[in-house]
Amino acid sequence: MKRLLKGGRVVDPVNGIDGVHDILIDGDRIVRVGRDLPVDGAQVVEIPKGLVICPGLIDMHVHLREPGQEHKETVATGTGSAVAGGFTAVACMPNTEPVNDNANVTAYILARAAEANLARVYPIGAVSRGSRGELLADIADLRRAGCVAITDDGHPVATALLLRRAMEYAGMFDMPVVEHCEDQTLKGDGVAHEGFHAASLGLRGIPGACEALGAERGILMSELTGSAFHVAHMSARASLRAVRNGKAAGIRVTCEVAPHHFTLTDEALGTPIPYDTNTKMNPPLREAADRDAMLSGIADGTVDVIATDHAPHHYDEKNVEFDRAPFGIVGLETAVPLALDRLVHAGVIRLPRLVELLSVNPARILRIPGGTLSEGAPADITILAPDLKVAIDAAALRSRSKNTPFNGWELRGGVAATIVGGRTVYVNSQVGLNL
Amino acid sequence: MTALTALRRKDLLAIADLSPEEISLILDTAEAMKEVGERPIKKVPALRGKTVVNLFYEPSTRTRTSFEIAEKRLSADTLNIAVASSSVVKGETLADTALNLEAMNPDMIVLRHSSSGACHLLSRICKSAIVNAGDGMHEHPTQALLDAFTIRERKKKLKGLKVAIIGDLLHSRVLRSNIQLLTKMGSEVWVCGPPTLMPAGIAQFGVQATSVIDEAIADADVVMLLRIQLERMEGAYFPSLREYFSVFGMTEARLKQAKSDVIIMHPGPMNRGVEIASEVADGPYSVILDQVANGVAVRMAVLYLLAGGANDEAAA
Repeated sequence: MKRLLKGGRVVDPVNGIDGVHDILIDGDRIVRVGRDLPVDGAQVVEIPKGLVICPGLIDMHVHLREPGQEHKETVATGTGSAVAGGFTAVACMPNTEPVNDNANVTAYILARAAEANLARVYPIGAVSRGSRGELLADIADLRRAGCVAITDDGHPVATALLLRRAMEYAGMFDMPVVEHCEDQTLKGDGVAHEGFHAASLGLRGIPGACEALGAERGILMSELTGSAFHVAHMSARASLRAVRNGKAAGIRVTCEVAPHHFTLTDEALGTPIPYDTNTKMNPPLREAADRDAMLSGIADGTVDVIATDHAPHHYDEKNVEFDRAPFGIVGLETAVPLALDRLVHAGVIRLPRLVELLSVNPARILRIPGGTLSEGAPADITILAPDLKVAIDAAALRSRSKNTPFNGWELRGGVAATIVGGRTVYVNSQVGLNL
Repeated sequence: MTALTALRRKDLLAIADLSPEEISLILDTAEAMKEVGERPIKKVPALRGKTVVNLFYEPSTRTRTSFEIAEKRLSADTLNIAVASSSVVKGETLADTALNLEAMNPDMIVLRHSSSGACHLLSRICKSAIVNAGDGMHEHPTQALLDAFTIRERKKKLKGLKVAIIGDLLHSRVLRSNIQLLTKMGSEVWVCGPPTLMPAGIAQFGVQATSVIDEAIADADVVMLLRIQLERMEGAYFPSLREYFSVFGMTEARLKQAKSDVIIMHPGPMNRGVEIASEVADGPYSVILDQVANGVAVRMAVLYLLAGGANDEAAA
């Protein structure tokens, strides 16, 4: 079946396209992109004015929690949340139970993803067996089973030596090592960013240097090994400096920033809800100077990717004392509204740059299909509604968990529809779109 | 504008939430309550028929006893629940405990807990009034109120006094409540301790911070020592208790730099020979036991005012 998306603003940075174009889809592929394409028997979908068609968004840092923590999220609910958030693909972290450190777990996740048949799922395998930081996981097996990168996320790789070995070994397959950057001795039992707000609330602090030490270590190991190194969920200005310097030195380092780290600061710990456990994540919400540094890194190109670190937790797990609550918030369904509102409408970046951050670069870093609307590419397409008024309602999220600090926020910009492999998997009923 | 006669708030969670007028109201009310404690029959009917639960997740002798005496002098029905922290891990959550207590309809819950913000969680769940009796490293509001009461009793004012607070600043809820209260009431607050025990962003707290103890003590009207815990040495905050005492311990010699009518305070429990020399603790400037005595009156005032104050029933 052929479909012709007619008349939308197409933003496809890889092909230098930003303008009104038609897109012809045949089955699961993009056949042609151009102005005033002939209908030629295709089903015509008129794209209302103001909507933006871009390559499918890719979130390279999510926790789908399956296997083992299905009370928080499953592959099905997580990918449902992904497509509702405009993501056609997600890369899922290996800190499941059991850990995704072998081909069986990878195959299980992919089987569940195929059953759900929503967003594409690219598992990221563990660096070490059980993510215990001792022996390397069977990385070639993981690769063959479908893993696109390795990480011990949740924790940093235990030692510099193991990180070196992992990078050398994964370099053989050109798989990047994704690192949760953190010096755990410096973190101690910290639960919030070390600064005035945590100090006045009596919360133990985690300084930015804690993350930057981990980033510096990885960048040095990347220089030593020549392998690709990716800094996950970067939050501290000292880490940004390390990445900027590393890139300037020609080292193969990339980094991602989560929407909450370019939006919120540690002031949210005390207001509007004091000790709201939905303001507790790792790395923590940083001070304004760090948040502003993330914005400038997004603007100047130092930051490669926006990734959500979607970390679902059950209500009961979060409804406890702040220092006992688990770290993390859900992010898949709030990322696009936050990015459009806080980055594009706020004038930090323009739309094509946002598409690079949310689609082009994650595809490039993980070496996966997507990130472009080139003829012959998979028809993974996200249609954005940049001027849609969006009210975040935690209870209405499709994720199984509702742990978001953005409940009740009103933002400008949302998702109109999500198409995976030519198939419409999400349409926003607030937008008059007949897909 | 008429003077306040009651705390128009459900809970007392933190001094940070209080206005200077509310602080003055509590301190003034505590004076009347202190008089009650000096009568042969130390009891008034102010909280008759009210149920107060003392829910303590941390061991405490002084604070719990002080609250209990305060409650009994106000004729409340009181019960004490001491929860060992170890059982919390496998047992019921704080939220569930709160819901269970709430089902029995108490009027007030006095909470001591090792987690900062635990009282805020309880407050969101419970209709009962919540009184914070110390939450983690956050606040210990009734301690700051009894400290202010004690200072006011001796100095007749709070405004303009130089108050030096010395010790483990980082982990101290007493410090945070005292900074809030004293800066709101116009005192000049100096804090002093090793940089390892100084909270981040201390400059934003509206106090003078120094690690030079002589600067902190110079011409001080009030010197308050904070407890140094042995575990801090293991955390490498300082090398040894002996060395701590040699740099920061309050001795008679050091005290000479303060005003001649300085008062010495300590929230207890004291480590003699660590943060304070025995000669100072037991000496003529010490008001440490006055603090304990005043704690009962101040807590009576807080409970009475949260229950509705003069709107409800006369205190005496």
